[in-house]
Amino acid sequence: MKTRVTVTLKPGVLDPQGKAIEGALKSLGVDGVSSVRQGKVFDIEIDAVDAVAARAALTQACEKLLANTIVENYAISHD
Amino acid sequence: MTSPRAAVILFPGSNRDGDFVRAWRVTHGEVPAIVWHDESALPENTDLVVLPGGFSYGDYLRCGAIAARTRVMEAVRSHAARGGLVLGICNGFQILCEAGLLPGVLMRNSGRRFVCKMQHLTVETNATPFAGGYARGQIVKFAIAHGEGNYIIDPAGLAELERSGRVAFRYCDAAGRVGGDANPNGSLNDIAGVYNERFNVLGLMPHPENLVDPLVGGVDGRPLFSAISRG
Repeated sequence: MKTRVTVTLKPGVLDPQGKAIEGALKSLGVDGVSSVRQGKVFDIEIDAVDAVAARAALTQACEKLLANTIVENYAISHD
Repeated sequence: MTSPRAAVILFPGSNRDGDFVRAWRVTHGEVPAIVWHDESALPENTDLVVLPGGFSYGDYLRCGAIAARTRVMEAVRSHAARGGLVLGICNGFQILCEAGLLPGVLMRNSGRRFVCKMQHLTVETNATPFAGGYARGQIVKFAIAHGEGNYIIDPAGLAELERSGRVAFRYCDAAGRVGGDANPNGSLNDIAGVYNERFNVLGLMPHPENLVDPLVGGVDGRPLFSAISRG
């Protein structure tokens, strides 16, 4: 099963990289950019009996490693 | 009295292990054991475990995240649970936070730049196994070299750290003024290092191990290592 885990910074956590990208986009003249927050995407292929099982395994992956839940949120999606 | 026994953990990408070895030799006349990340046990009678600075696992995912989940960290966790001393410097501090042995997390410096310079700090408490060689409130000069040293913790956690006196060092200027422009990375409350609840685990971003020889800028780092004794 093809799945995707998206890890993003929690609201309010300072994101200097996002700020730098935001500044660069503005200096490139891209219209309408008001804010950029940088995150991470993990495309994960997983063997699981069904989506529920896959989601359970990926939740474990996020809690154990992929996200630092002090400052990051995660979201799981699949085909 | 026999010397305390130190072990330094080597992860792929660690690069400050040699600095610690030098500091330990200067202060205790001994060579610490080098322990590979894949080991399942520490050398017998280890008193102090050091997680050195560097870029373990290339800082992949998050600084210290992968190192924190290696086999040897289970042994380090048991050592800390027994009351053994653990010192994490720079990347080692990041690893301790990722391992949950210290609270909080080190984020990208607020100024976005990697900062490499001498840095003054205040010693916030000296009633610990690491800081007994300093006076409380003493201003010391260590070196800093990091891109992710911005210490972040939730408001309740921060209040608890302050209440329990677990802030080890704060960033200050040469005159001892804490914070403001003296804070190199945006850390909350100008925190440069913290202790765990039992004060046997210390993590700090600055490098005391680099300040052990007058030829390279001072010896303010020596007391931190000299203070370590047999458990």
